[in-house]
Amino acid sequence: MSKPLVSIENVSFSYEGQQDPALNNISFDIYEGEWLAIVGHNGSGKSTLAKLLNGLQFPQEGTISVCGITLSEETVWDIRKNVGMVFQNPDNQFVGTTVQDDVAFGLENHGVPREIMVDRVQTSLDKVKMGTFLNQEPHHLSGGQKQRVAIAGVLALQPSIIILDEATSMLDPRGRAEVIETVRELKTRENITVISITHDLEEAAKADRIIVMNKGKLYREGTPEEIFEMDEELIKLGLDIPFPVKMSKKLRQKGIGLTKSYLTEEELVTELWTSHSKM
Amino acid sequence: MMEKMIFGRYVPGDSILHRMDPRSKLIIVFLFVCVVFIANNAWTYGILAAYTFIMVGMSKISPRFLYGGLKPIFLLVVFTFLLHIFMTKEGDIVFELGWLKIYEGGIRQGIFISLRFFLLILITSLLTLTTTPIEITDGLETLLNPLKKVNFPVHELALMMSISLRFIPTLMQETDKIMKAQTARGVEYNSGPIKERIKAIVPLLIPLFISSFKRAEELAVAMEARGYKGGEGRTKYRQLTWGMADTGMILFLAAVTILLIVLRG
Repeated sequence: MSKPLVSIENVSFSYEGQQDPALNNISFDIYEGEWLAIVGHNGSGKSTLAKLLNGLQFPQEGTISVCGITLSEETVWDIRKNVGMVFQNPDNQFVGTTVQDDVAFGLENHGVPREIMVDRVQTSLDKVKMGTFLNQEPHHLSGGQKQRVAIAGVLALQPSIIILDEATSMLDPRGRAEVIETVRELKTRENITVISITHDLEEAAKADRIIVMNKGKLYREGTPEEIFEMDEELIKLGLDIPFPVKMSKKLRQKGIGLTKSYLTEEELVTELWTSHSKM
Repeated sequence: MMEKMIFGRYVPGDSILHRMDPRSKLIIVFLFVCVVFIANNAWTYGILAAYTFIMVGMSKISPRFLYGGLKPIFLLVVFTFLLHIFMTKEGDIVFELGWLKIYEGGIRQGIFISLRFFLLILITSLLTLTTTPIEITDGLETLLNPLKKVNFPVHELALMMSISLRFIPTLMQETDKIMKAQTARGVEYNSGPIKERIKAIVPLLIPLFISSFKRAEELAVAMEARGYKGGEGRTKYRQLTWGMADTGMILFLAAVTILLIVLRG
């Protein structure tokens, strides 16, 4: 793959007053243009990791570098410009009184001149298909729409990386699909690197690569296919396997010759309804 | 009842007053509050009333709507009037019934003071009716900007105001949700003795407070992640534009003021 955009080397972090470290000697790279899912049970350290990447917390040991800049107190503002973050609760990250004010918030913080702001607000809202909602107030928007505005707010700063920190966990299935679809489109069109922190393995299945975290350590790393092969092990870690994967496994156990384990329902269904004609 | 209250409410529209710069509107309201005290006779009060009604006309807000919304406040106006009628002992006695004496000065004072009160309410209502809260915040921020020199936290104050405005509907929805949840658990808000009803507020306020603090914390983190580091070096997205109408309206009020000074007795 391409060159590493983020490298994390021997990073450890513990919260004050807690015995077990939240992150324990972690090292890995994130590559340009990939979609990386970080999964893990509650308290596995995945959210702490997200906070470290954005400089909301600093590692006690080890180094993090983003786009060739090493994270420190001095560089944190440059890094934040490069790493956009979308959080879990759609309401608690909406700062502006209207959609356009909210998207402009990040731009205002970075001192972007007004003429450029107006243009960027519109184009980033268009990218998430919220371009017609400029003057809408947050309480008139659905959760999925609010999260898309949050993504637009991040895009306006033209970052190289977007971190979704459980960004879909408070949404209904429709909102979740909207947000994931938006992110996928952005990733292909804008070549943005996506890091999604999640415990929803259906979401993780859409990633290029998955990192499984457990008790502050990097437990396993691989493609979704490789990770879902772990099966029982994942369940022991407090995670579940997506339904299509489970289904294909069961079918294979019953002796139905599927060519592989399917990650999405669509793929599985396609194989099933076309399989008869091959026999 | 809440739907009818117009105090602090914004009514969307496209009148001159709606399109004016919030700064000029704030300045006009502030000046008007001072100018009201110049008037001291029938002529000057008449001019003030005429000015106010011209403004109401320009706002294109229906007088019936205004009347309906200001009804609760009329009670206060009437109360002021009665207070002055009975308390002022000046001039000739106009009416006498046992110990109750009404003086000419009392009637005069009563009419003038309650009219003054009424006009002030009308003008300030026009401000909030034709200006969105966020515009008022922006206007205040720019008007108060010179105070930055004496270390007055103008930017912080404006940000606080706009975040509060942004969260009012969110917290209202939350209050509603908690109320329903508590009602389902047997708390009664609408019946029972007053003492019980006040007690019932506690299990409403505590969850609301806790969640507000949680929201505040998350919002602070989100703001920081989006690069917020205080007012220093920040640009502004919202722009205020001062037009001909703004200068014109201020000059108009200035002319009215001069007329008042000339005509006051």
